[in-house]
Amino acid sequence: MTWQGWLQIAAVLLAVLVIIKPLGLYMARVFAGDRTPLSPVLAPVETGFYRLAGVDPRREQGWFAYAIGVLAFSLAGFLLLYAMLRLQAYLPFNPQGFGALAPDLAFNTAASFVTNTNWQAYGGETTMSHFSQMAGLTVQNFVSGATGIAVAIAVTRAFARSGVKELGNFWVDLTRATLYVLLPMAIIVALAFVALGLPQTLDGAMAATTLEGASQTIALGPVASQEAIKQLGTNGGGFFNVNAAHPFENPNAFSNYLNIFSMLSISAALVYAFGQIVGSRRQAWALLSAMAILLVTGIGIVYWAETAGNPIHLALGVDPALGNMEGKEVRFGQAMTALYAGVTTGISNGGVNAMMSSLTPLGGLVPMFLMQLGEILPGGVGSGLYAMLVFSILAVFIAGLMVGRTPELLGKKIEAREIKLAMLAVLLLPTAILGFSSVAAMLPAGLAGLASAGPHGLSEILYAYTSAAANNGSAFGGLSANSPWYNTTLGLAMLAGRFAYIVPVLAIAGALATKPRVAPSSGTFPTHGPLFVGLLIGIILILGGLQFFPALALGPILEHVLMLAGQTF
Amino acid sequence: MSSKTLSPSVLAPAILFPALRDALVKLDPRQLVRNPVIFVTEVVAAFVTLLWLLEMSGGTGAPAFSGQIAAWLWFTVLFANFAEAVAEGRGKAQAESLKRGKADLIAKKLLFPGQPGNNGCEIVPAASLRVGDIVLVETGDLIPGDGEVVAGLASVNESAITGESAPVIRESGGDRSAVTGGTEVISDWLRIRITTKPGESFVDRMIGLIEGAKRQKTPNEIALSILLSGLTLIFLIAVVSLYGLALYSGSDLSLAVLAALLVTLIPTTIGGLLSAIGIAGMDRLIRFNVIATSGRAVEAAGDVDTLLLDKTGTITFGNRMASEFLPVDGVSEVSLAEAVLLASLADETAEGRSIVALAKADFGLTEPRIVGNGTTTIPFSATTRISGIDIEGRQIRKGAIDAVLAFAGISRDTAPREFLAAVDKVARSGGTPLGVADSGRLLGVIHLKDVVKPGIKERFAALRAMGIRTVMVTGDNPVTAAAIASEAGVDDFLAEATPEQKLDFIRREQTGGRLIAMCGDGTNDAPALAQADVGVAMQSGTQAAREAGNMVDLDSSPTKLIEIVEIGKQILMTRGSLTTFSIANDVAKYFAIIPALFLATYPELGVLNVMGLASPQSAILSAVIFNALIIVVLIPLALRGVKYRPVGAAALLRRNLLVYGLGGLIAPFVGIKLVDMAVSALNLI
Repeated sequence: MTWQGWLQIAAVLLAVLVIIKPLGLYMARVFAGDRTPLSPVLAPVETGFYRLAGVDPRREQGWFAYAIGVLAFSLAGFLLLYAMLRLQAYLPFNPQGFGALAPDLAFNTAASFVTNTNWQAYGGETTMSHFSQMAGLTVQNFVSGATGIAVAIAVTRAFARSGVKELGNFWVDLTRATLYVLLPMAIIVALAFVALGLPQTLDGAMAATTLEGASQTIALGPVASQEAIKQLGTNGGGFFNVNAAHPFENPNAFSNYLNIFSMLSISAALVYAFGQIVGSRRQAWALLSAMAILLVTGIGIVYWAETAGNPIHLALGVDPALGNMEGKEVRFGQAMTALYAGVTTGISNGGVNAMMSSLTPLGGLVPMFLMQLGEILPGGVGSGLYAMLVFSILAVFIAGLMVGRTPELLGKKIEAREIKLAMLAVLLLPTAILGFSSVAAMLPAGLAGLASAGPHGLSEILYAYTSAAANNGSAFGGLSANSPWYNTTLGLAMLAGRFAYIVPVLAIAGALATKPRVAPSSGTFPTHGPLFVGLLIGIILILGGLQFFPALALGPILEHVLMLAGQTF
Repeated sequence: MSSKTLSPSVLAPAILFPALRDALVKLDPRQLVRNPVIFVTEVVAAFVTLLWLLEMSGGTGAPAFSGQIAAWLWFTVLFANFAEAVAEGRGKAQAESLKRGKADLIAKKLLFPGQPGNNGCEIVPAASLRVGDIVLVETGDLIPGDGEVVAGLASVNESAITGESAPVIRESGGDRSAVTGGTEVISDWLRIRITTKPGESFVDRMIGLIEGAKRQKTPNEIALSILLSGLTLIFLIAVVSLYGLALYSGSDLSLAVLAALLVTLIPTTIGGLLSAIGIAGMDRLIRFNVIATSGRAVEAAGDVDTLLLDKTGTITFGNRMASEFLPVDGVSEVSLAEAVLLASLADETAEGRSIVALAKADFGLTEPRIVGNGTTTIPFSATTRISGIDIEGRQIRKGAIDAVLAFAGISRDTAPREFLAAVDKVARSGGTPLGVADSGRLLGVIHLKDVVKPGIKERFAALRAMGIRTVMVTGDNPVTAAAIASEAGVDDFLAEATPEQKLDFIRREQTGGRLIAMCGDGTNDAPALAQADVGVAMQSGTQAAREAGNMVDLDSSPTKLIEIVEIGKQILMTRGSLTTFSIANDVAKYFAIIPALFLATYPELGVLNVMGLASPQSAILSAVIFNALIIVVLIPLALRGVKYRPVGAAALLRRNLLVYGLGGLIAPFVGIKLVDMAVSALNLI
């Protein structure tokens, strides 16, 4: 570890810290329906949309109608994308003449993009036509992110309101999230990416002659635009197979900063918007502090583990100053790789600028663990906020009892119904991750995809299901996931991880919205101090992480102790 | 029921032995299914027992190990049952004595209730009485059932219910008309209209409550049970899935080991103590002489935001007292005191006596003898509103200002400014001014004021520290109310309050999301008692009030609410603290069991054995034994409750988090290590 490395990490995180407030306030205005600087241009477009779709923007929905809206919209998106991928050969903008995707891969990919996971069981530049990338995947990159934001806003309103059933109108929130937040920011970031050297073209591959005289096909396409929304919408699905390690997706240090900055900014700012809407900015800072502490710790461990390197390599005389450089890009180095790995899994992005599989065992453990916590640091756009609120509800419930009152979060009493739904949501990750992993580790179909034996192989399986169920989408590397078994089970894990979480969360919101907001007194447990932050971290680690400890012990931890003993896989 | 005596200790044989028996009875799965965590433990214990039997008969595996695991899993269940049985046992003895008193009650049922005389009654068993029956109770009789006095006046010994041996007066009409079955009339007679069905009387409710027969889970208990069930499910998934992951890694885990892991991870500590905490809390309330109709009300007491208190009798002594003499017109203070002393000598009202007391205390006057022919006392009457004495040619009068002015023949406009200023001063301070005149001359003003009970201000300060606002309700005018409110240190007041306004106030506060507690005794308090979230009726109050509230205070002490709130908070705190402790324990258990599970296949994982436990088997057994024993260790805490301190929520949380959170992380590391040392020393494995 070097101070320059930490300085880079600090600089990027500081830049995010600066944008949290203005962006958060802007989003709070957008979802309140207030006028914003962009209104003169976008308001007519927005009303045009509503008129076209027959939506009355003033009519609000209860939690059930809202949830139905989310599910119906996602189902339609899923079917459309599935059809598009299956019919790829007959659709335009296909300069390389790619054929249709196999049914299981099309299912997996459609599920992946609709759930904001962007798990890619295929190599983008050798599978997808420009049409599929732009009209299929990129569209979902926008609307799946916008769906997450909408749900988070609905939950936020539940805390802000009292004695009502309505949480807002899903169609309006979806439209506003896309039109006022994601689209303008994507345009700015895409232009910045172009300036930094990312290609943006509708041409297909280029044939080039290398210095040695060999000919090489260099894939091109609308990379910058897809890259922008990939990061802003915490999607993570790269244009190229190797994602942000590819020089066209992430050519230099500055593009790398911008990548990380755009991944974090909306998720973090949404927490601020939450504080603004519920009228407690201090609550927002408390949530952000808990997120930041866990995230920075995770990044620190990756950075430390990677710079410490592999003792087996060091024993062979490899320069210890570089640490473990396997699978990393020299243009990013250890610090920016650690930051990218921590952030991409702390949020629900899943893009990578290095191969996770090549990290040291402990370095690889951290991204896996951050996903298993539920991607709340600060998580996917929207999804991070509502998952963090579920943990807050549980933390307040357990700790709140210790002050001798029925627990309250922001004046809303937390009772049996909320706890039931929160536990239902919390149950989802262990069920999907451990259940599928356990079965895959015993079935020949599961074992067939492994590239390594021993604990590293187990890590490959665990990582895949963790990434899918948590809707992250990053790949450990190594696992050949494009098989009917993995395509199907990972697809199911993704769908469950998204929608079996959103429905109970919206039900909690429905229950909270009807409750009166209790005025705080000195007997109320304050939820915005360092005490709450510490408690929240403890609850996240114990309720969110502890159940994965046995699995992690057999995967990365075992691999680590075996590595120290000189054994590799 | 004797009260406020020391509660029987947990180890008292009278409680211990029945509790041990009950712990076995409670193994019945049909009963245990109400407690999901312990029910799962029982299922797992049965499963491991079966494994042990198979291993014994088949000669395979390690029966000595699985047998011990099975035994300790059963102990875990038994200890949890024992905790509940002990908590219930403390109330059972009290219930028995109440039942005995109730068994042989008889009633004198009036045959001609329409007639005024008490002739003609038949002797019937009390259990056959129906609502509306009129019974006669005479000296020495036990009142056969709860009811309303319709005629007569008697002194009643209610010690059977309240533990207070001084008799109380019960009479028809007014706020002292309610009587309770099982109490004894010690003089005179009463005619009582029975108001409750047999089996639903106050004593029946008490018995049911003490025995815990009608115990239903409170809302918070339900929420916590859901959390614990959810955690159980999460760990079930973690443990079941571990089988496949371990198989991949080349270790075929034995089912006994997986069962042990599951039971140590699921929150058995809080699961085992949860119901004991609730029962013990109710028991504590009963020992404070408060009967709650439901656990829900006790829990709500912990959440109370606003406390509504009647001024009279609660915040102030019921009567106004003289506090100051204000002379006017050159009269000295001493001569004014002499004059009012004379005027009040024959005044037997509380106000009159307080004037005499003040004159004697502050001015050292002695009571003059007032025998003589020229002496006439003029008693107070509601029409004249004046009283006094004619003595030695003086005509001294004291009374309402207008009446005294009229007596002196002075109109308000011509009255000395000094006099009016004194009157005004007293009124503005919230007191009641009494004018004093000697014939046609105004001597001065007596300041009568409500005297706030000593120590009450400190109690309100304690409530404020708990986060509870106190609101005083009074019929006084706003000026008087404000003065007393500031003196007593209440946060707010409701002046010139009618029963409707009281009800409106409660509704308004509730709409703002606040929980209201109030206490009352009169029939006109009943609607407000019913509306309040916690309504404490006084045992001395009317039947209507007692039925409207959800608690009855047998001591009829309005400030008892403070203790009730504390007990409500204690129940929640104890649950929260033990839940935190239980969950935090899991960290150490993982470190004990996980390395033990895989040590055979991967000796390198021994680095996780931070406690240095002797062998994989002893590590697993030690974790299971610790898990069982910790329940027993925590039973006293569950019964006593975590101490509540009115220091504000943040300080309270910091303390409990330190003790039960951090303690819960560390304690099992030490505990499991100690058990492991014992297990190795005894060669159990």
